[in-house]
Amino acid sequence: MSILILADHDDGQLAPATLNTVTAATQIGDDIHILVAGDASGEVAKSAAAIAGVSKVLTADDTTLAHGIAENVAPLILSMASDYSHLMAPATITGKNIMPRVAALLDVMQISDIIKVESPESFQRPIYAGNAIATVTSNEPVKVVTVRSTAFEPAAEGGSAVIEAAAASADAGLSSYVKSELSSSERPELTSAPIVISGGRGMQDGSNFAMLEKVADKLGAAVGASRAAVDAGFVPNDYQVGQTGKVVAPDLYVAVGISGAIQHLAGMKDSKVIVAINKDEEAPIFQVADFGLVADLFDAVPELETKLD
Amino acid sequence: MKVLVPVKRVIDYHVKVRVKADNTGVELANVKMAMNPFDEIAVEEALRLKEAGGADEVVAVSIGPSQNQETIRTALAMGADRGIHIESPHEIEPLAVAKLLKEVVAREEPGLVFVGKQAIDDDCNQTGQMLAALLGWAQGTFVSGIEIKGDSAAVIREVDGGLEHLEIRMPAVVTVDLRLNEPRYASLPNIMKAKKKPLDSISAADLGVDITPRLNITRVEEPPAREAGIKVSDVAELVDKLKNEAKVI
Ligand SMILES: Cc1cc2nc3c(=O)[nH]c(=O)nc-3n(C[C@H](O)[C@H](O)[C@H](O)COP(=O)(O)OP(=O)(O)OC[C@H]3O[C@@H](n4cnc5c(N)ncnc54)[C@H](O)[C@@H]3O)c2cc1C
Ligand SMILES: Nc1ncnc2c1ncn2[C@@H]1O[C@H](COP(=O)(O)O)[C@@H](O)[C@H]1O
Repeated sequence: MSILILADHDDGQLAPATLNTVTAATQIGDDIHILVAGDASGEVAKSAAAIAGVSKVLTADDTTLAHGIAENVAPLILSMASDYSHLMAPATITGKNIMPRVAALLDVMQISDIIKVESPESFQRPIYAGNAIATVTSNEPVKVVTVRSTAFEPAAEGGSAVIEAAAASADAGLSSYVKSELSSSERPELTSAPIVISGGRGMQDGSNFAMLEKVADKLGAAVGASRAAVDAGFVPNDYQVGQTGKVVAPDLYVAVGISGAIQHLAGMKDSKVIVAINKDEEAPIFQVADFGLVADLFDAVPELETKLD
Repeated sequence: MKVLVPVKRVIDYHVKVRVKADNTGVELANVKMAMNPFDEIAVEEALRLKEAGGADEVVAVSIGPSQNQETIRTALAMGADRGIHIESPHEIEPLAVAKLLKEVVAREEPGLVFVGKQAIDDDCNQTGQMLAALLGWAQGTFVSGIEIKGDSAAVIREVDGGLEHLEIRMPAVVTVDLRLNEPRYASLPNIMKAKKKPLDSISAADLGVDITPRLNITRVEEPPAREAGIKVSDVAELVDKLKNEAKVI
């Protein structure tokens, strides 16, 4: 069984979620290829070739493939699809944007956001914000699958796949990239960080996130947020953890001033250890917290920071 | 320009969903249903476009059993002009939905389709992208800002690292994200008025689309429960537990 994985990258670096997708693929078959579609993405191809378990890296380099424009990348994958039993991608924004377009062009249903491989045809995936887990079996001739990265370990380095050039298809002329406004941070990336500290509406103001950042810097943690904190403009959209934001499963998740709505829990309840700091002892977040501290965050967070020395 | 807005009827997001004892699905009997929250945002955006003179008609379409007409009425009460109900069984997959919507697009010829980025029941996040593919149209996904500029639209997308701006050719499919707008509530007079707005009903078969499911859901179960934790009395105890018991810092 040959499997093609669409790499997620920004032409400079391979997104870590690609590594978790390789691990999911190794549970399905052993001939794993990675497609690096981009513009001047040579470094990404090298990183992909170094992943253990990958036998081939296909590179399609063209200006029309920069920034993962779905209308241009989907036909490229389509042109390769007949060689594969599975087409996979991480369930990141890139994977979610491109893969359903591929599936529809192949006239197959996609299996979104898998958390377990039962067999090459059968997978588990969360539904209803993770309140239920469905086992889904597909008889489609080719399985189009996106993978929840937190459910699979990242694949190790140590591979030496061959790198082959693939031809890019023409510009569909439907979408063009204008610009990005990326939030820059020296901290680890949210979905792969070992520790995450998130703030909610209880933070009251964006400037108060500085308190969380100080703790994060001492712990080597990433900073996240609830939807309410993002909607209120405290922090940018890419901080949002939850059903409709990012899914994280770090060793330690610290929820500060977050009530624990199911949509938030959907994005963090698989964390190994959960800490909640909330002044309301009835807050639902305490039902999933291993360690709950009923306190005013404006006292507790600065104290936490000093006690970490 | 006409705007088409597909609206899905889902379990209300406040409801705590329960898995059926026989593991065939989740409990739907006597459960409060509502319009998928992202679809409210889609309807709102279509209405704002119309109010700003950028669209002349907003058509809401829902695919599912007869109760889906209630969801269409909600869209009409918010301000949509007309509804189309496509009768189908409750469980219908995104690929089939996209194929049915493609037929509706062929009949209605909208300039834009605003779709929710994700249905909060199946959490599939596929329909808009599939529809765009089947139509050969541009797609703007996870959109938190849109400005129509003649035969193209400038969209702002919520991406993993922040925001991305794209220029997409019209007609297009746009999937809407949370920050696009704050949907309005339907007023009582508008709810009354909505009862008189036109709502057509057709069957999936009339559109010539095969909606047989492609995937087989063999089992639905509860996720593993987390063990109850403890309350710590102060920050010192918390730090001690994290260092010496959980060993995570
Ligand atoms: C379609 C849809 C999708 C959604 N997706 C997501 C998602 O992906 N992620 C997400 O997070 N939410 C999501 N939500 C929103 C979710 O339902 C909740 O509204 C949101 O998570 C609440 O955020 P919060 O806990 O920060 O705010 P609140 O619920 O207002 O809670 C604030 C908490 O802070 C505490 N607090 C206040 N002041 C202090 C203080 N001084 N010290 C200590 N504690 C304090 C309060 O006791 C309270 O518990 C979604 C909702 C919908 C409808
Ligand atoms: N049965 C349906 N009727 C109308 N619209 C639907 C239906 N199913 C999905 N959609 C639309 O597709 C979006 C994404 O759904 P999904 O791909 O299932 O996550 C929803 O927010 C709706 O806008």
